[in-house]
Amino acid sequence: MEHIVIIGNGISGVTTARHIRKLSDKKITIVSAETDYFFSRTALMYIYMGHMKFEHTQPYENWFWKKNRIELKKGYVKTVETKSKTLHFAEGDTLQYDKLVIATGSKPNKFGWPGQDLEGVMGMYHKQDLDNLEVHAPNNKVCKRAVIVGGGLIGIELAEMLNSRSIPVTFLVREDSFWNGVLPEGESAMINRHIKNHHIDLRLSTNLKEIKADENGKVKSVIIEETGEELPCNVVGLTAGVSPNIDFIKDSEIEVGRGVKVNRFLETTIKDVYAIGDCAEQHEAIGNRRPIEAVWYTGRMMGETLAQTICGNRIEYKPGHWFNSAKFMDIEYQTYGWVFGDKGRPEYEKHFHWKHSDDTKCITVAYHKDTNEFLGINTFGIRMRHETFDKWLTEKRDVDHVMNHLSEANFDPEFYSKFENDILSAYNNQLQTV
Amino acid sequence: MSNKLNHSMSLAKPDALDITTKQKIALAIGVIGLFILTLALFNTNFPNKGLFLLLSLGFIAIGTIVYSREAYLTKLEGIKNDGQWFKSISSRGVWGWIVGVILTGFYIVLYFYPQYLGLGADGAANTRLISLFDPLSQLLSGRNASQWFVYGTLYTVAILAFGYKFILKYRHNRYQQIRTVSVMFFQLGFAFLIPEFMYVMNNDLPYYDLKSMWPLNYYIFDEWSVNGFLSNGNIGLALILFGIITIFVISPILTYKFGKRWYCSWVCGCGGLAETAGDSFRHLSSKKMSAWKIERWLIHLVLVFSVVMTTAMVYTYLGYDKNDFWLTRGVFISLVIGFLTLVFAGVMFFKGKELGKDAKYGAIGFFSVIALLLIMHFTGTTDNIFYVKAGALRSAYGIYIGSIFSGVIGTGFYPILGSRSWCRFGCPMAAILGFQQRLFSKFRITTNGGQCISCGNCSNSCEMGIDVRHYAQKGENIVRSSCVGCGICSAVCPRGVLKLENDSMKGRINPTEILLGNDVDLMELVNQK
Repeated sequence: MEHIVIIGNGISGVTTARHIRKLSDKKITIVSAETDYFFSRTALMYIYMGHMKFEHTQPYENWFWKKNRIELKKGYVKTVETKSKTLHFAEGDTLQYDKLVIATGSKPNKFGWPGQDLEGVMGMYHKQDLDNLEVHAPNNKVCKRAVIVGGGLIGIELAEMLNSRSIPVTFLVREDSFWNGVLPEGESAMINRHIKNHHIDLRLSTNLKEIKADENGKVKSVIIEETGEELPCNVVGLTAGVSPNIDFIKDSEIEVGRGVKVNRFLETTIKDVYAIGDCAEQHEAIGNRRPIEAVWYTGRMMGETLAQTICGNRIEYKPGHWFNSAKFMDIEYQTYGWVFGDKGRPEYEKHFHWKHSDDTKCITVAYHKDTNEFLGINTFGIRMRHETFDKWLTEKRDVDHVMNHLSEANFDPEFYSKFENDILSAYNNQLQTV
Repeated sequence: MSNKLNHSMSLAKPDALDITTKQKIALAIGVIGLFILTLALFNTNFPNKGLFLLLSLGFIAIGTIVYSREAYLTKLEGIKNDGQWFKSISSRGVWGWIVGVILTGFYIVLYFYPQYLGLGADGAANTRLISLFDPLSQLLSGRNASQWFVYGTLYTVAILAFGYKFILKYRHNRYQQIRTVSVMFFQLGFAFLIPEFMYVMNNDLPYYDLKSMWPLNYYIFDEWSVNGFLSNGNIGLALILFGIITIFVISPILTYKFGKRWYCSWVCGCGGLAETAGDSFRHLSSKKMSAWKIERWLIHLVLVFSVVMTTAMVYTYLGYDKNDFWLTRGVFISLVIGFLTLVFAGVMFFKGKELGKDAKYGAIGFFSVIALLLIMHFTGTTDNIFYVKAGALRSAYGIYIGSIFSGVIGTGFYPILGSRSWCRFGCPMAAILGFQQRLFSKFRITTNGGQCISCGNCSNSCEMGIDVRHYAQKGENIVRSSCVGCGICSAVCPRGVLKLENDSMKGRINPTEILLGNDVDLMELVNQK
């Protein structure tokens, strides 16, 4: 029986395993050094906040794996020997595979800051990071202040986590507005205000210079690059993005760039070795997508696709229309299609922006300035229907159609106030003034 | 596992999050209110009972209100579940167990030893706790209080005070607010005040909570109850007809249009308490597959029990001779069997394919009921079913299901089993509505394409123990008979994935293999079978 070994028990690896099982009788082993069972990484924050316990973040009960004949091995893969198709573990044992799937995800970026490996400095990505945070920031008596470095999705989640335990947070963001490499100006500015409303000390255009230690080698303070100010703190969260977690294959014959290089079939340069999820790097970007997509949904879609290939139906990874979502403290965010921030916006892309007076809801609609084709939407504080936008994008609807039919896409709970009329009249007014 | 110490088992410092000074004062005020009740329970004879009752209930309400305002209005609108798994009371810690034991004890005394609450036997004056409530009962209906009046008052106060708390907690969510106003209204009006006023108008009428339907109010077709209604002329006849119409006509129509939520989380008193006072315990319900299996057997067994019991009860007081009354035993038993057969045949004909394996269990249940009824009829042992008196069956149902299951376990175990263990495992009404919701209803929880991140907030907060995530992460709508439509899964979802809605029956159940967002060709290849 063919033995499929998957390194990594995150969403990509587990999706692959589940779909291979649906399609075949192959032997499947999932290897992980992080946890015994699959859990939802995106839910780690809720454990610290006390909304859930760790077991609630596990989408499948523990009996699921045996019932579906998916073997789980806990171990840290040290090297991959592709000639003899063998994995060597840090613990000393080995494992033979017929086909290998690398789905090891990411690790937090560190940019060589002095003191970045001190005790009390951590990312927020792995289960171990959460355990570490629980040790260093159990409450606001042990952790009198935390400093977060890096204004992205994980940074704002970490801020929300610490805030839930009334730990004062200083949030250092390199850019002059939160996540404005991705978000258009109006949205980014609204989120800046929302962060401050939560009494978080948001410092824009601010860089970390160094992290200082006390006599025990624990974090004592950070120094700010621009002002030289020293901020006393007990925890430093490094959330300046992630990069592929692939150190263990650097010495193998598998070609790597920033991530594991793959073609559109998710095949690496070595036969019978595949890579998916955060750690895979496309030779050439697909459409507007980045060569490395560190997103839950793309990991899952690659898993769905790769299972087909491994089970004999070789198909390309051909993702549909881009979508994503996040939550910034209390404000939900969804995006469908492409809406660019100031950085990297194509010259043909024009925006219509509407913001509610309560400063917690807004949308930005992107369209082509010549053809009026609808390109994408960012929505904050108003839920919208994935299916509807997917359809409109496929049908290449123009922006007028989308604005006039926006209520069809509304996905807010029943009895919620509706804003489509406001939005439409703002849209019509804007057209008249242009 | 998290290496965090389990704070919840420590009494000295149970909570990871401190409450504010104002909240401590509010808590103290509420405890004083409860303390007055406790003093009355232990035979303190208050001089001015009306005043002390007012003080007691007032303190409880004020304490809850001040506490809630401090908890929610000092923060921005949003999901407020911080620390729910750390707090001792809401994570099966010491305080959870203490509250569970006290509640359970209260229910046991209430149902089986009302004399310890001070119920005066054989016309004697009330003492203790019940006498404290005499002035209020006199004011409303001109009679002294009973243990049920005490219970009803406390129940109503709990729903109103904690309903207010719930509305503040979800002040960004209009669905939650309107729904909560609805349960507060139905409890205060229909369950508490209207029956008292009905008594004032006509004191021969049996207690009738108009919103409570058979089989939830299993006693409505008891002989004393039916006689009570029928001996009161048109108003009584109208009431009993209304009782029959609610279950056979009104309920099916509303459930078809809105799902069982129209009742379970908008109207019902048991549901009302679970949604308000029980809200802090909703996440404690078990989401394991094994719990679901127990649930499916248990709730349908209770339903079968209640159908057989009620039929047997009615049967015993009907006559043989159609000259006395057109509804004889023979006619009645034929009607019941005919109706059940019609339902069974209808379901098998229209929905047999959807049911698959479950159809077998359904068939077993159906035929066992019919068999029981026929044996009952033809063995000729007029008052006996398998030599058990129908009366005994009725009282067994009253004790084990009506009192112990729904009260002692259903509410007493809130801090242990979660807030809806009765609704989930026992309520025969929920079984009927759920059966219809699963098969003939426009209601579903729609999953938003491929947006689920499997975080588990939805499953965690489901009071009915539905593993919502299991469906959401497959892009599949949630159509489950047990769903009461409280909407909390949708509220807590951080990605806007879930929406409760009533739409057409077509495509309501939509199992998918590959989720929206992937390659269109792949989706077509795999999803169409």
